[in-house]
Amino acid sequence: MPTAIPADSVGLVTPQTVHFAEPLTLACGRTLSEFQLIYETYGQLNASRSNALLICHALSGHHHAAGYHSAEDRKPGWWDSCIGPGKPIDTNRFFVVSLNNLGGCNGSTGPCSLNPATGKPYGADFPVVTVEDWVHSQARLADHLGISQWAAVVGGSLGGMQALQWTISYPERVRHCVAIASAPRLSAQNIAFNEVARQAILSDPEFHGGHFHEQGVIPRRGLMLARMVGHITYLSDDAMGAKFGRGLKSDKLNYDFNSVEFQVESYLRYQGEEFSGRFDANTYLLMTKALDYFDPAAAHGDDLAATLAPAQASFCVMSFTTDWRFSPARSREIVDALVAAGKNVSYLEIDAPQGHDAFLMPIPRYLQAFGGYLNRIAV
Amino acid sequence: MRADLDIIQEWIPTGSRVLDLGCGSGELLAWLRDHKQVSGYGLEIDPDNIATCLENGVNVIEQDLDKGLGNFASDSFDVVVMTQALQAVHYPDRLLKEMLRVGRECIITFPNFGHWRCRWYLASKGRMPVSEFLPYTWYNTPNIHFCTFEDFENLCLELDITVKERLAVDREHRHGWASRLWPNLLGEIGIYRVTGAPLTPQP
Repeated sequence: MPTAIPADSVGLVTPQTVHFAEPLTLACGRTLSEFQLIYETYGQLNASRSNALLICHALSGHHHAAGYHSAEDRKPGWWDSCIGPGKPIDTNRFFVVSLNNLGGCNGSTGPCSLNPATGKPYGADFPVVTVEDWVHSQARLADHLGISQWAAVVGGSLGGMQALQWTISYPERVRHCVAIASAPRLSAQNIAFNEVARQAILSDPEFHGGHFHEQGVIPRRGLMLARMVGHITYLSDDAMGAKFGRGLKSDKLNYDFNSVEFQVESYLRYQGEEFSGRFDANTYLLMTKALDYFDPAAAHGDDLAATLAPAQASFCVMSFTTDWRFSPARSREIVDALVAAGKNVSYLEIDAPQGHDAFLMPIPRYLQAFGGYLNRIAV
Repeated sequence: MRADLDIIQEWIPTGSRVLDLGCGSGELLAWLRDHKQVSGYGLEIDPDNIATCLENGVNVIEQDLDKGLGNFASDSFDVVVMTQALQAVHYPDRLLKEMLRVGRECIITFPNFGHWRCRWYLASKGRMPVSEFLPYTWYNTPNIHFCTFEDFENLCLELDITVKERLAVDREHRHGWASRLWPNLLGEIGIYRVTGAPLTPQP
């Protein structure tokens, strides 16, 4: 943590856990007899319970979106640039709820949790969960917190997909939906990248068909490779060029395959290694599947406008010019469908060099527009 | 409200669906929403204008008019409005056709290059007119397709566009007897209401 907590930080926060004893039937047909969700809240719920805002996380995200867990924390939550007093998601106005999704590895029920039926970790036996399943589990959390309607559901990337799904699954429970750097479904190229990531994990000898916990090992190499390939898609060519160029670690080429020569190699390895130490391989597989399966229009003859027709929310869609994972064109698909469905929607295409990761960055125009939209919401 | 917008709003029916091309700060759409239950969207590319639209709760879509309106379905709007942007787009004729594909009716305003002051400036100085109202010089102007009322109406004729109403006003958006008598000479801004198909006379 910085020596003093910044004035625009939510400060020290403590995660909470809620246990649901009521079974949850999933899209795959299987049922979780019970589950728990870990979440954090920032700001105060008002008397009329009208100022609640839900944050949905992306592939490797979790409940810790803002503030610090302890004075020793080096970094704040993953979306601290956007959440806090006076920030775009203004905790002086909103009661912000941020959770770790089902299947996650940060405290919500997932592959690392004990399977009540066997008393052992679920591992590979944890059911495949979908964006819809997540939204249903998030609705349980809303019920638990006494929130009948969200002022806004907000998310970037995979989080944006959850925000969209909320407006379809629970139209009367969402007043505003903010979907950032997202897409209405994955392209073949997106799925292809996910498949490479999955194969990296599945082919790691330490994976043991997903039951690596029992063997006392973790498929670190597979997870590292998965993260490395994923990470490439989060950055733009320009961003990588600006950050690393063709810079070398030493002053000469080694003419071998064993040394880490280019700066970019070193960076990717570092990112991969760091990730493989904190993330669960089964969760990674689940998250990529949830991405691949997300396609709400499939049930409506691929007509996204008809899919979004029941939505009662107003929408704010934002994309970033150099994002090639979910390019602006993908966001425009959402916008066009919303226009065709006659919904209230605003769309911004923000000029930013950072690629997909831009949604996490404090880009002035992005923050201003984001805050401008949310400040307009009556609570 | 800006004087030209005040004139335009009279031509927009209550409860209609409007697309405003180059909507600026969203002033027209906000007024129509609050006073005439109009729903719609503004297209804009200027970041500051877009931010103001968001703050005012106006639906704004970041979209470059030069890339067309291909993402909007045919006949999906009652009225398509474009104020002071016709002269700044790459293909005014194509955009005009697109506007009439997307909307049943269009309202367009643009500066008249046939106004006597422009004619006098060019005739006496031999240089492209620069004025308080159009303060750019030829090399830095965003206005790349100037036309006169005559030119515009000729284009309408060529494209089979029916001019339903026309108002020639001065820069304060007043319309007096003079601009009514010699619009192409004395009108500074044209406000046109056009449709695609020729209208059948009302019984």
